[in-house]
Amino acid sequence: MAAAARFFVRGARSKLPISGVVPGPRSSFAAALLKLSPGSSSRTQRRHAAHFTFQADPEPTQYGPTTKMNMFQSVTSALDHTLASDPTAVIFGEDVAFGGVFRCTVGLRDKYGKDRVFNTPLCEQGIVGFGIGAAVAGATAIAEIQFADYIYPAFDQIVNEAAKYRYRSGNLFDCGSLTIRAPWGCVGHGSLYHSQSPEAFFAHCPGIKVVIPRSPVQAKGLLLSCIADQNPCIFFEPKILYRAAVEQVPVESYTIPLSQAEVLQEGSDVTLVAWGTQIHVLREVANMAQEKLGVSCELIDLQTILPWDVETVCKSVVKTGRLVISHEAPITGGFAAEISSTVQVSVCHRCVRTQRVSMRVY
Amino acid sequence: GSSPLVVLLNYIQLKISPFFSPRQGAAAVVSARTYADFTTQATFEIKKCDIHKLDEAPATQVVMTRDEGLKYYRVMQTIRRMELKADQLYKQKIIRGFCHLYDGQEACAVGIEAGINLTDHLITAYRAHGYTYTRGGTVKEIMAELTGRRGGIAKGKGGSMHMYTKNFYGGNGIVGAQVPLGAGVALACQYQGNNELSVSLYGDGAANQGQIFETYNMAALWKLPAIFICENNRYGMGTSVERSAASTDYYKRGDYIPGLRVDGMDVLCVREATKFAADHCRSGKGPMLMELQTYRYHGHSMSDPGVSYRTREEIQEVRGKSDPISLLKDRMLSNNMASVEELKEIDVSVRKEIEDAAQFATTDPEPPLEELCNHIFYNDADLEVRGTNPWTTLKSVS
Repeated sequence: MAAAARFFVRGARSKLPISGVVPGPRSSFAAALLKLSPGSSSRTQRRHAAHFTFQADPEPTQYGPTTKMNMFQSVTSALDHTLASDPTAVIFGEDVAFGGVFRCTVGLRDKYGKDRVFNTPLCEQGIVGFGIGAAVAGATAIAEIQFADYIYPAFDQIVNEAAKYRYRSGNLFDCGSLTIRAPWGCVGHGSLYHSQSPEAFFAHCPGIKVVIPRSPVQAKGLLLSCIADQNPCIFFEPKILYRAAVEQVPVESYTIPLSQAEVLQEGSDVTLVAWGTQIHVLREVANMAQEKLGVSCELIDLQTILPWDVETVCKSVVKTGRLVISHEAPITGGFAAEISSTVQVSVCHRCVRTQRVSMRVY
Repeated sequence: GSSPLVVLLNYIQLKISPFFSPRQGAAAVVSARTYADFTTQATFEIKKCDIHKLDEAPATQVVMTRDEGLKYYRVMQTIRRMELKADQLYKQKIIRGFCHLYDGQEACAVGIEAGINLTDHLITAYRAHGYTYTRGGTVKEIMAELTGRRGGIAKGKGGSMHMYTKNFYGGNGIVGAQVPLGAGVALACQYQGNNELSVSLYGDGAANQGQIFETYNMAALWKLPAIFICENNRYGMGTSVERSAASTDYYKRGDYIPGLRVDGMDVLCVREATKFAADHCRSGKGPMLMELQTYRYHGHSMSDPGVSYRTREEIQEVRGKSDPISLLKDRMLSNNMASVEELKEIDVSVRKEIEDAAQFATTDPEPPLEELCNHIFYNDADLEVRGTNPWTTLKSVS
């Protein structure tokens, strides 16, 4: 079955009718869309960016009283708890002092002092290297990279230094108290360098953990878990959800376990796997599939990309026999490839069919 | 000055032939009347540059001709009005995404171009509209690229930060990443022995990037014909230079590379310094570093109002005392190199050019969907690109 996917399309309706996508031999995507779209108007060139509707989870009851927060506020709350409870915690990055370009660190410098929340110059490699050093020496270092698109100068530090520190020193040293946070994913107007989803690059590296929340409640809990976790963690925050996602979030500190995928919706016909913003797209997909095709979907939020919860996904696929994985990053070598091949190998291959849908071509 | 005879002739003509149009004059002396009123060139005193590891500085007495002055005025005014128009279009949501404006810094782009040749090479970061123009792009192409239309200089696929033209390598979004590229271009010039040089620009924020220092080392080691220029506009996004740099003497940061600190609001200062640096590079002495002290009136980008980290008074003060266009205009007027009317005519003509370009940029269609995947790779035959799902492919032509 064709999973409905949202595309960056000008002039076409944002919902793609299922019948418009032709299965089987290669059909020209562009031609299909051009047929669907009405004549383009040059006067009012309205842009139709990727569309999704954030769907809040029901208010959690197990973590105490809650209050309304959006995602950047839930991140601030997690950081606030960390600075309050851990005297060695420090937050640094570009522009974090005034509150950050996405307002994730608002108020923290005033509350905890400029020796604990401080700006760095514009040097990602330096920021992460510095963070590794601080963590090795015993501080809880929370480094912010301003956009995930800018993380590449720090790639060497993350992959060669942070990930391998414990292993190469025979557990004498480690930088487990390092957490790197970065805004991640499509935002509609970000283009090449403010929209990237680089989780696949890091998934290829044992020694670090990669975590992506889908909502404010998840963000706070998962971030607190990352900070507490004794391994260097990269926490990617879907930037489009910073303001758009509003939920009742617990006021107190709480953690959501890492490497445990969450089954959001049970189903019997097909397993859908995604993370971050794409979860909300797939929620709509699951509803549409039920209504229009009578197909019952089981939706899983992977949450932790590395190390990922193989068991939950495989168990689900054993039940349904079909798997669709969807993510924003380009399809070739995207993390869906890893999930797909692992599931094919782990579950009897006669019982399983998998497909991948990405938001980026190639 | 004109000879007494010419003056007398002009006077007589003025008095007895009120309907006589100077431009239609048969006599050569009469048709030269308008221009004889103006000084053809004048010498100006400019600020001395601070120098680092150099024995001499660029000249402080410089000559500017009337033609040069008019040209600089026109180009700076074009850049200014183009950026202000971009501001307007952005607020109308006709330009979307990111937009980093250059108004206030015009003297840098124009001065640098005046000191090099079009056959030289230039690369900068994302505040690139001014350079796209001075390097040969047209206002129409630039504005259409801002609005993302097919008439844009990058076919509508690059946007504000990714504009390119001959010998202008953009237009680069990642801070500091363009500087090693610029050194590579310089290497190519050296290798090909074509006497060309490469100008690599970056900002005060980027000056703290590690790759800049890696580049300094390579350029100096191999004596590359590279001019590194730091456009210090005092703020890296919202962070002032004092809060981000251990040393704000950006012209000294090249250490073993000689450096100049230049008044970036004076087009003649920039021109002289660039010429000085260009001579140094072309003579095989290796790279040179220039710091242009300049200022941007707008915030970092259109999403930054620009007043939370600096005062409005500061912006007003710079506008009032150091505006590059006003500086040039005052110089020309007080040295009788142009008339107020003449400059006004240039303003009107520039405004019209910008209006026409904006009109084009607003009405030109967007690139067709078939071009979505073009130029991912270079390939002889059309390439089939995997679509976003297993049953679709797109065509990539390159």
